[in-house]
This record gives sequence, C-alpha cells and structure tokens, in this order.
Amino acid sequence: MIAAAKRLVTRGKSEGSDAKTAEWKVYLKRYWQLYVLLFLPMVYLLIFKYEPMKYVLIAFKKYSIVQNVWEMPWAGNNGMEYFIQAFHNRDFLNALKNTICLNLLDLIIGFPVPIIFALIINELRFKKFKKTIQTIAYMPHFLSWVIIYGLAIQLFTPSTGLINMVITNLGGQAVPFLNDPHKWVGTYIFLGIWQSFGWNSIIYLAAIAGISPELYEAASVDGAGRLRQMWHITLPGIKSTIVVLLIMALGNIIGSAFDRPFALQNNLVMQNAEVISTFVYKNGIKGLQFSLTTAVGLFQSVVGVIFLLTANWLSRKLGERGLF
Amino acid sequence: MSIAVAKRPEKVDETQEVSRMVRSSQTRAGDIFFVVVCVLIGIICLVPMINLLARSLSASDALVKHEVYLWPKGLNFDAYTTVLSDIKYIKSFGWTVILTFICTFLSLAMTVICAYPLTFSKLKGRSIFNIIITITMFFNAGTIPNYLLMKDLNLLDNPLVLIIPGVLSIYNMIIMRSFFYGIPESLRESAEIDGASYFRILWSIYLPLSKPVLATLALFYAVGRWNGYSDALMYMKNKDFYPLQLLLYNILNNMNSVEVATQEGFSSPGLSEALKAATVMFSTIPILCIYPFLQKYFIHGVTVGAVKE
Repeated sequence: MIAAAKRLVTRGKSEGSDAKTAEWKVYLKRYWQLYVLLFLPMVYLLIFKYEPMKYVLIAFKKYSIVQNVWEMPWAGNNGMEYFIQAFHNRDFLNALKNTICLNLLDLIIGFPVPIIFALIINELRFKKFKKTIQTIAYMPHFLSWVIIYGLAIQLFTPSTGLINMVITNLGGQAVPFLNDPHKWVGTYIFLGIWQSFGWNSIIYLAAIAGISPELYEAASVDGAGRLRQMWHITLPGIKSTIVVLLIMALGNIIGSAFDRPFALQNNLVMQNAEVISTFVYKNGIKGLQFSLTTAVGLFQSVVGVIFLLTANWLSRKLGERGLF
Repeated sequence: MSIAVAKRPEKVDETQEVSRMVRSSQTRAGDIFFVVVCVLIGIICLVPMINLLARSLSASDALVKHEVYLWPKGLNFDAYTTVLSDIKYIKSFGWTVILTFICTFLSLAMTVICAYPLTFSKLKGRSIFNIIITITMFFNAGTIPNYLLMKDLNLLDNPLVLIIPGVLSIYNMIIMRSFFYGIPESLRESAEIDGASYFRILWSIYLPLSKPVLATLALFYAVGRWNGYSDALMYMKNKDFYPLQLLLYNILNNMNSVEVATQEGFSSPGLSEALKAATVMFSTIPILCIYPFLQKYFIHGVTVGAVKE
C-alpha cells in the first residue's frame, strides 16, 4: 500500500524534495501512532539513562555544589587528579581487590552449580517430583537480600544460630560464620549460590530440552549409560549456552551489585566485605566526595566493558558463537 | 531412557538380556541416587525458611534456651500480633504494597509501549531507536551521576523517586518484544486491511495474546520493587516513605540493642528473637504466595530473555 502511494506521489510531483515531504506526510499519517507510543519511553531513556552521563564529567572536575557541571573547574593533573587519588586510596584498592576476589570466587564455585543442578533435574523421571523440586529451588530467588540476611542471622550467629546450635550440641566449637572476615567470604559465596542456582538453571534446562531425543536414542542403542550420555550428549548440547553465560559472567568480574554485599556486610568483616559499589555509596553519597567516587565508578564501567568485549572476542576466536 | 526401552528389539539373546538387566538395575540405582540428591537440595533450600517459621512461632524462653530447631516450642502467635499491631511496620507494609502495584502497572505500560512500535519493520528510524536502547545496556553512568541527577531533578526525598527511575527495564522490554515478534504478522495485516488503527491493534490483538508474558513481567517488576531497598537507601531520608525492606534492614541491624528496638517501634524486648523472625517471615509471605502459580510463565520469560537479539 505504502509502495503504491509512494509511486503515485513521486509520479505526481516533479521536484524531489516536494515529493519527499509528501511521502513523509503519507507515511506519518499512517504511522504517527507508533511514534506517539515511543515518545514516553524515549524521553525516559534520555532523561534517566543519558542525562546522567553528563555528570560523569565530574570525575575530571572539581565538584562544586553551586556550579553546574560545565562551569566546574577542571581537576589537576590534566583532569586525572581523582583517578590518581583513587589509586593511592587504600580503601579503594582494598575494595577493588575484594570486588575481584568475590566475583572470581562466585564464578569458580558458583558458575558450575546451576549446570550440575540442571543435569540432575533432567535425570528425574517423576514429573510431579521434578516440578516440586524446581519450585522449591526457585524460591530463594524471590527473597530480597535483606530477608536473606535475616535468614543468615537465624542460621549462622555463634550462640543462637541453628547451625551453631547443632555444632555445639555435637560437642564442637561455635563458628563465627558472619563475624570472621575469612569465614564471612564463605558465607557470602554460599548464600549467593543458594539464592541463584535454581533460577539460573532455568536457562540450562531450556537448552537441554532443545537437544534432539534421537541423539540419546542412538547413544543408548550403542550402550552408553546415563553418565556417558550426560557427558557426551547433554553437555556438548548446552555448550553454547554455557559459553554465552560465561562471557556475561566474565564481563561482570569487576562489576558489583549493591544489594547483596551491602545487606550482608558488617563492621567486623569490612576488610573482606567492602566492594566498589558500597565504597562508592559510603564515600560518595554519605561522604560527599563526589568527584573521587564518580572517577571510581567510571573506571569500573570502562574496565567492565573492556572485559566483556575481550571475553566475547576470545570466545569467537575459539570458534564459539559470541554474545554479539 | 524410556525411548530406549520402547525401541528394544523383540528377540533378544541371552547375553543381551543379561546386559540389559544389569543396565536397568544400574538405572534404578541411578534414579534413586538422583532423587536423594534432589531431596537434599530441596532441604537445603527450605531449612532456613522452616527454621525461621519455627522461631517466629516459639515462646521467647524456649528461644533464649536455644531449644528451637525446626519445630516451634511453646507455640504462640505473640510475635505476629506484635508485628501486626506495630503501626510503623503496618504503615510501611501498606505503602510498599501500594508502591508495588503502582510500579508494576506503570512499568508494564511503559514496557508495552516501548516494545510494540519496535516490532514494526516498516517503522522509520527503528535502528536509531534500537541503538539508543542498546547503549544503555552496556554503559551505565554510575551511582553518583544518578544521584546527582535525582538531586537536580528535585526528586530526592520525593516518593516519585521510588517509581520513576526504574520504570522501564530494557531487559524486560526485550522479553516483551521477542514475544511480540512471535505473534503472526498475518493477524496484524488483516486488522490493518480492516482499517484498525495501531492503538487498536495493540489493544485488541497484541495485549490479549500476551497475557502469559505480561504475567511474567508483572512478577519480575513486582518482585524487583518489593525486594528493592538501595534506591530508598540512597535517595530517601524521609522515614515515612521507607519501603518495607529498608525498614526491615534497619530493624535487623538495630534490634540487638533493646533501646533501639523500642525506638524502632517494638516495645516488648522479651520477644525480640521471635519478633525478628516474625518480621522477616511476614515480609516474605506475599511473594512466596504468588510465585508458584506463575512458574510455567516465568520459565518461558527467562528463556526468551536468554535468546540473543
């Protein structure tokens, strides 16, 4: 229809630009409603996602409450003053180290868990049982980190926590899971896995469902047992899914969510628990060092993007389908 | 496995028969093994909740003596009556319920009006819109720039700050769009020929067909709002507008000292252990009641979201 209208219009008008405006008129008369619908989301994105980008400049400027971003004077050392300060700031270096360590531990210990869980779930035959286990495993994903912190208190506190009650009843020594910096790391990783393994297994289960049953059939005719089928058919079948999720996890190795570390940390374990996001909150919003913390945030996002692109490039080099 | 059994040839000689029997007994052992592992996993998931429930229903002296494990001792509902009669808590609970409804509704509306136009390949400028959207997924300005923006927009301490900044999640929008792509174009074209406007097509064709994905996204948005506390922590100083999770965070961190517990609104410190448990329990219940019913929908939603664009 549009094409017909276009032809009509172009034939009628001899001059190009006139034809073009007329063409636009016809087009808009038909499609204006779509632009009306898109208006609000685009305004939202421009204000709440793009507008803040101008404040990123504060990383290179001396923050002043009375001036706007453009008027603030540039910081010393060609504007890099605050980056230099950050890398001489012990608290920041510690937060950076903790962020990377905790993320690496999450990746090494936590990444395989949903894959293993999906493989196990896939072996269950009783549909009802399978569904019940899945429902139970998804439950922790719906709890907020504050609630998980509440649960952790009830489980892990030295004298009153369930686990320590069991340990002391068995004649052992109470373990300070939440108050000892090293034990805290273990608790943090465990709670992270507990919260997400069920939910993260959904994607793997979907990938497993997409594997052709004929492959299993052929394998079992050839006498392959369960474990061999798992190893030679299921795992290769979900390899590309694993790679995509691995890229995303690697891209996030320096990223830090706020809710989980902030809810779980306490003053006794700060040496291992302070991560970049909580550092930025405490020194920026609470401590009002806006330029320093913006610089830290910018460093974090730039390095994050570099990691993501590198991981993606690497996986393509290795012959896998990348993320983009 | 069952397929293998079904395809079994009619005649089997003895050695094959034996090996099949061995294999099936292995399989049965395997079945039992996997079931046991799954039961253990299920227990690990549930024990913290059961323990919490038991504590919230126990008498305070049983708690002080460390006698409560997974079953309440001295069953009573005192902790719950205290929580329910605490005005501060109930107010925050109510506010969070209202907030969650508003946010979910507005977010769904935004998601739909963003995703729908982008499914039209004829839409001019579609690639520009897509670029605008994609960039925001890779680069986030960061905590402080966002905070300064809220400050400049005069949104600090304004309840709207808990609604507007998170009103559209691009990730959820992509799920919505993928679903819209799956709706056959012939449906749309026949409506176009009948002269239906694009508003009308959205309202009477797309939305009714999208109920499952709308339910999923409503769950995602509602859970996000119900569980979120960092925005309130950063942007809100007015305690009247604290969402439940932030109040809970303060309660959990302060209840260890009796004065603060009373200050926070709970006047009977003897209950404090059970009270903590009851407060946490009560804040969890709404979501725990809803999610199992939406399971088959959200599984689909997660899967669609994983498909690369």
